[in-house]
Amino acid sequence: MKYPLLFYGGALVVILVAPFLLSAIVAQLAFMWVMIVLALSWDLIGGQMGYNSFGNIIFFGIGMYACAVVQRDSGLGYFTGLAAGIGLSIVIAMVAAAILGSSILRLRGHYFSIATLGLGVAAGEFASSWDYIGAGSGMVTPLYPGEIEDRNLFYYFLFAAMAAITHFFLKWLYSTRFGLSINAIRDDEDKAEAMGLHTTRYKITAWCICAFFLSIVGAGVGNINGFIDPRESAFAGPTFGVWMILMAILGGTGSLWGPVMGAVVFHITQELFWTYLLGWQRVALGILIVVIVIFFPTGIMGWLNQRWPELFGEVIDTQKRQSAKGDHG
Amino acid sequence: MINNLMLLWDYPVTLVQLTLDGILLGAIFVLAAYGLALVWGVMNIINVAQGEFVMLGGFVTFYIYERLGLNPLWGIPASGVVMLFVGWTLYRIVIFRIVERDFFVSLLATFGLSILIQQFSNQVFGADIRTAEANLETLYLFDGLVAISWIKVVAFFAAITLGLILYFFMKKSKLGQAIRATAQNPRAAGILGIDTDRIYASTFAINAAICGIGGSLIAMTLIIHPFIGLSHTIRSFMIVVVAGLGNMLGVIFAGLGLGELEIYSGFILGAEYQNGVIFIALVVILVWRNFRLGRKRLYLK
Repeated sequence: MKYPLLFYGGALVVILVAPFLLSAIVAQLAFMWVMIVLALSWDLIGGQMGYNSFGNIIFFGIGMYACAVVQRDSGLGYFTGLAAGIGLSIVIAMVAAAILGSSILRLRGHYFSIATLGLGVAAGEFASSWDYIGAGSGMVTPLYPGEIEDRNLFYYFLFAAMAAITHFFLKWLYSTRFGLSINAIRDDEDKAEAMGLHTTRYKITAWCICAFFLSIVGAGVGNINGFIDPRESAFAGPTFGVWMILMAILGGTGSLWGPVMGAVVFHITQELFWTYLLGWQRVALGILIVVIVIFFPTGIMGWLNQRWPELFGEVIDTQKRQSAKGDHG
Repeated sequence: MINNLMLLWDYPVTLVQLTLDGILLGAIFVLAAYGLALVWGVMNIINVAQGEFVMLGGFVTFYIYERLGLNPLWGIPASGVVMLFVGWTLYRIVIFRIVERDFFVSLLATFGLSILIQQFSNQVFGADIRTAEANLETLYLFDGLVAISWIKVVAFFAAITLGLILYFFMKKSKLGQAIRATAQNPRAAGILGIDTDRIYASTFAINAAICGIGGSLIAMTLIIHPFIGLSHTIRSFMIVVVAGLGNMLGVIFAGLGLGELEIYSGFILGAEYQNGVIFIALVVILVWRNFRLGRKRLYLK
């Protein structure tokens, strides 16, 4: 990017102005930031490290429930309760990621994918039979002290800040040795290990980072919805759980901007489906998943990369390209 | 939980009841698991929509019972035939595009397919819990302390018969031999004049038919609704992982074992945890098998 300051400044202005210009859809815009965080955090594991997890949603759900329990039982005010709740959800989610990761991250390939899929569903099943967190009837989060518009605006800025933090943190992370190490794990884990990388440590750390962002967003989503359902919102494998994968793939895995673009495009499509396809929106989503996965496995970034490689810093010899075209033509 | 254990201690005859239930249940799971192993072994695809085929087969039987007023036993062949066509069609539309692709593409594509079928059924059939009553009698053993409904026994023997038919089909028939050849080496099979694309289509269709029959038996002995799919996929996957790919006898024993696990955990922990236990068992089994391999510096492949 030639003018990063100009770009980020422009983005900041758009973020600050958008909720006031489009005041009717602030909640939907807030969810767009949630989607961006979900896609970015999935891409850390799936795209950069090559571990295609179907179960990252459990950290989202853990965050949601932990925060709601603190808000219910601590007796603090709304904002202090929320802050304490988010703090606790981060701790629980990261501990869970470390414990689960130390055994599950040793699995590879489709065994890892299916194990995480089972884990996500099992979490939903147990949450819906545990009385302390409301079992199958779910939990109600405390009421926001103020108008609904204010609530939406508050969470809009919270999620926007989270998306920005996630983006910049990952940008920094991918530029460090850690980023190179997880890329090495994706490319060839055995060789990475042979080169002396403690692969398991890197994998667990990456999953913990993922859990960190997901739990904060989960806590916020529980509050903006005002209601937690164990299977439909907290451990929603067939919706948020798959969407985060789909958004990363749609945008292009293994890049920083791919998941962001994928999340924006997917979120708009999804909102349109919900508005115009009464009842059939989930069927349409299923078709969308199949079509995206089969026909666009490299995503938007992959397509751009193929179309304009110059944008990605690849030096192209124009003469060579001409002659290559001539050969094939 | 303790009360249930005490009950088992006081009335050991309950053990007989539970064990028989487990065997009869497990035999039905074996069918879908065998289909999964077939597709996995031949096409190298893990079909996440497996459970949805089971569910569709169940609905075929249910409608034969409800709309046509026939005995649901007629649903067994009908589900098989209908699902054969469904499987063939799905292969021709979607699946042939993901054969020989990266495993993640096939996993996610079939996952999308499973959501599609599940939500479609939810719209078309409705989310109610259904069951097809075959109106058979109940068999009483031990002075009526152990009750086994005949339909479960019939389903058990239907599953065994289908298993035997499949076994001889794969061993003796031309198509079965071609399928096995393709599984061993698709390139060599192609050179020897086997149309691998057609073999893949048949394999997938046969898999769907097996699942359909399994679903038909489930509709008669248990319940069906549009969202049972994923738990059946997970069951099949678990059975295949425990047995090891390409081990037919292992699939049978693993299936029966899973049936026992489910019945006993459902009895001891309570029915609401039964589903959760299946998924946890999957994770535990995978981790445990991988851990044992890990000591030799290997991992599950």
